Amino acid sequence: MVRINNFNDLERIRKNILEKRVLEKITITICNGTGCQAYGCQRLTEHFLAKINQNGLKEKVEIRKTGCHGFCERGPIVVIQPEGIFYQRVKIEDIDEIIEKTVEHKMVIDRLLYEEPITGKKIIKEKEVPFYKKQLRIVFGKNGLIDPTSIEDYIAIGGYEALLKVLRDMKAEEVIDEIKRSGLRGRGGAGFLTGLKWEITRKNISSNPSLGGYIVCNCDEGDPGAYMDRSLLEGNPHLVIEGMAIGAYAIGVNKGFIYVRNEYPLAVKNASIAIDQAREVGLLGEDIMGSGFNFDLTIVRGAGAFVSGEETALIASIEGRRASPRPRPPYPAEQGLWAKPTNINNVETWANVPIIISNGSDWYKNIGTETSKGTKIFSLVGKINNTGLVEVPMGITLREIIFDIGGGIPRGKKFKAVQTGGPSGGCIPKEFLDLPVDFEKLTEVGSMMGSGGMIVMDEDTCMVDVARYFLHFTQEESCGKCVPCRIGIRQMEKILREITEGKGTLKDLQTLETLAYTVKNGSLCGLGQTAPNPVLTTLQYFREEYEAHIKEKRCPALVCKGLINYFIEPEKCVGCLLCLKNCPSEAILGGYKMIHVIVQEKCLKCGACLEVCPKKVSAVVKISGEKREGPKEPILVDEWRRKR
Amino acid sequence: MASNYLNIIEPIIKKYDGKKEAIISILQDVQTQLRWLPGDVLALISKKLKIPLSSLYSIATFYKSFYLKPRGENLVTVCLGTACHVRGASLILDELERKLKIKSGETTQDHKITLECVNCVGACALGPIVIVNDDYYGQMTKVKVDKLVDHLLGKKE
Ligand SMILES: Cc1cc2nc3c(=O)[nH]c(=O)nc-3n(C[C@H](O)[C@H](O)[C@H](O)COP(=O)(O)O)c2cc1C
Ligand code: FES
Repeated sequence: MVRINNFNDLERIRKNILEKRVLEKITITICNGTGCQAYGCQRLTEHFLAKINQNGLKEKVEIRKTGCHGFCERGPIVVIQPEGIFYQRVKIEDIDEIIEKTVEHKMVIDRLLYEEPITGKKIIKEKEVPFYKKQLRIVFGKNGLIDPTSIEDYIAIGGYEALLKVLRDMKAEEVIDEIKRSGLRGRGGAGFLTGLKWEITRKNISSNPSLGGYIVCNCDEGDPGAYMDRSLLEGNPHLVIEGMAIGAYAIGVNKGFIYVRNEYPLAVKNASIAIDQAREVGLLGEDIMGSGFNFDLTIVRGAGAFVSGEETALIASIEGRRASPRPRPPYPAEQGLWAKPTNINNVETWANVPIIISNGSDWYKNIGTETSKGTKIFSLVGKINNTGLVEVPMGITLREIIFDIGGGIPRGKKFKAVQTGGPSGGCIPKEFLDLPVDFEKLTEVGSMMGSGGMIVMDEDTCMVDVARYFLHFTQEESCGKCVPCRIGIRQMEKILREITEGKGTLKDLQTLETLAYTVKNGSLCGLGQTAPNPVLTTLQYFREEYEAHIKEKRCPALVCKGLINYFIEPEKCVGCLLCLKNCPSEAILGGYKMIHVIVQEKCLKCGACLEVCPKKVSAVVKISGEKREGPKEPILVDEWRRKR
Repeated sequence: MASNYLNIIEPIIKKYDGKKEAIISILQDVQTQLRWLPGDVLALISKKLKIPLSSLYSIATFYKSFYLKPRGENLVTVCLGTACHVRGASLILDELERKLKIKSGETTQDHKITLECVNCVGACALGPIVIVNDDYYGQMTKVKVDKLVDHLLGKKE
């Protein structure tokens, strides 16, 4: 591509790209996000390419590797454009048929279509799949259209137009005003008004111009179970870069950093490629589009520490130190990287910026609720039919997200709770399913927006175990600097572990609450201040589960190992030997056509017997807090039945 | 050995213009080549960059992605992220620990396999997940774990 030297060049280049594209009629887009890569989409793509070449279709058909489409449950996802035919769970064996029928003869292959679980209706087009219907994909939607490693693709769909508009037509203050008017709030957790943060940083820089300053994109995304930031940076890196360039212009800085979590190699790769491309065509670097404005970006990889997502810890990490948070004030906007004013925003926040600039703050303001504008991307995971990334307008209810978009709970199980906000959030019970989702509403019920993780839990999830799980996580991730966090969380985890082992007392619940408030009030950074939330919300909404563990030594969800037993129902066992053979600890006695018996003292509670017992037999069950009668020793099935 | 290490370290330090603030990236790049960070290497880097060795250890022990012990030929990683946890990831870890006779974070005596845990690899739809080197194994069950381990041990024998 040629260099963009002035404002007219960008438009001209876009026209050129589009003119060339009209000729290429059919595009096979293959999702190459991390989710689909785990399903083996890379090999699928290679086979597609080979087949297209073999069949001499290279001139007619383009293969495009796109970013994540969000519907990870159904990967690998292949969409045939321009018709938008949506194929899911595509295998290498399907390629010949797709090329022959769909590509060459425009025929739809029924078998590969998405089928509505309830009605059994087959759906042809991507946007008609219920998973996408209720979504509003203004930020995330472009992922499926473009190859993240191609700046041409991004420019073709109107990319860098917002940056052009800003550099050509707007003063820095006007950009800030526009973002302020849009009501955009930070998507990294706390929900601070983005325009206001920019204004403060700009003021601090203006008051000491020789010092300069920085902007940072926070893609640390340590919240386990959340992956929207990664999918954005990985699937549409230019959108984030464009947002940052606009921010840099508005705030008045020339240098930015993208801090990416260590576990996201593909995001690092795609973002690096995108930065190089943007630099090459003059959309990053000196004198961008001939405007006189300079801006460049550097990628910094994290090294595996949850706390480094906290802004002051992140600064320490970029500076090459341990990621220990420090007290605020001074905020990064006053003293950030190398003590210069620094504006830190989340990936999704940056990605919203070009969209607001292009469409105007009035348009943006119309989406969402009174206090929370725009959309939010959630990662909908756990016990849910349609696992994936969903982008919805603020104010949509939890019920709509979980049941209409997510397709409800698998295997007809009952919904129990949804956990939002990651390790800092809380568990929201079914009473609040009709809660409109926005920053304030989630906080009101004791949880929070966080970065957008949404983990659905069903009747088989133990809430005490979940609380213990999160505290174990925060305890391991605590940087150890302040005492309430380092020791308080550890003590809380210990109490919770004892409860899950059946060694808890009712007094422990009081101690837990006291400790929770101490940790909340006494900790230095957000990690400790919010770590007790999973405990407090489960104590508030699911206290009876705690009490069952303590008083009845029973885990109602049949999860906590210390409180459950495996049991072979004599009425059902057919004596097939499967469980006996698979038991790692020789805890099962039995023989051919004999009713098998578990020796409880030897049982490791690994669940192997339950897993291998054939579905139609289903003789192995988990029990808790009850005694079941059965033979003490193996006995012939017939003999036992006769006796009864 | 030391001169070998120098051959690896020097170009990496140069790539970052010898900047002290790039220490985390430097350690990462060195580790990419060596698979872990031997004490001798840290001592060399400390000398080259004039960063006290204690500071290097402070960094290398803080961040989880640094290894101060050698790793096995194969890396088996279990995701313990929330999505995988509610789908029973801890039972999968138990099974791996039992089959491999090592705990998470340890390496088998023959240096064939290192077992590790992470919190979410962003493929939650496939949970519970086990990753062997770069290959993802989704919707794991104990039976699948057993097969996987047999395959790993068998292949290498
Ligand atoms: C323990 C902890 C972890 C955090 N992790 C992240 C993270 O992974 N990504 C993120 O964007 N913000 C994270 N934050 C919030 C940041 O400190 C900061 O508020 C945010 O990046 C600001 O961007 P925003 O205004 O666009 O939301 C974390 C905060 C705490 C206390
Ligand atoms: S929780 Fe395991 S991949 Fe996300």
